[in-house]
Amino acid sequence: MSDVRLLTAPFDPAEELRRFTAALPQAGGIVSFLGQVRDGDGVEALELRHYGPLTLPAMVDLAAQVRGRWALDGLLVIHRSGAMVPGEPIVLVAAAARHRRDAFAAADFAMDHLKSESWFWKREKVGGHWRWIEPRAQDFQDIARWGQTA
Amino acid sequence: MAVRLVFLGRLEELAGTDGGTVDAPLGWAALLAHLSEAFSPELAETVLGERVKVALNGALIADKGGIVLADGDEIAFLPPVSGG
Repeated sequence: MSDVRLLTAPFDPAEELRRFTAALPQAGGIVSFLGQVRDGDGVEALELRHYGPLTLPAMVDLAAQVRGRWALDGLLVIHRSGAMVPGEPIVLVAAAARHRRDAFAAADFAMDHLKSESWFWKREKVGGHWRWIEPRAQDFQDIARWGQTA
Repeated sequence: MAVRLVFLGRLEELAGTDGGTVDAPLGWAALLAHLSEAFSPELAETVLGERVKVALNGALIADKGGIVLADGDEIAFLPPVSGG
């Protein structure tokens, strides 16, 4: 089971994780990652933009790639688009597997690819001004760890 | 009908808008000229760079220099992404 969603309104990560976990009693381990808007550096808001024809289809492809690489019982990928304030959840990834190592690796891989290969553009508002965020060198190093991907 | 232009991310700032239209048919060189005149030379220059990818009607184009746009097409300009 893969559940992949692109949301334009706030979501409740705890409730999503509860539902995901409840549906997968056979999974021995579930690893989740929650990304939220960081408070600090004067950031008043964060906005993620997406492009309809590409963003969700590519997220679905990424989920299929993750499923092909690790033996999982379930995979959850939720990513926000739109304006958010500090403390608000941006992304939730959860991987459920029989054994924990597959779950850790799958969630890690999915996050690295969401960060630097998914069709999102991010800008933040500091001191009343919006500024587009360019990808960081670290993001490319993170994704390079996985080698060439299909 | 015309061709719809979509500017994502930082390109929206360079264009001063998130989209526009241009009369078809036209090829890559004419499109760049339009971007420069109707929006800004910096937009055209940035779009020309290899960091900006192009999607035509929702599909990524490997060789953006070879595109020919027709009435009803949508072309999206995609700068480097930054998700999560």
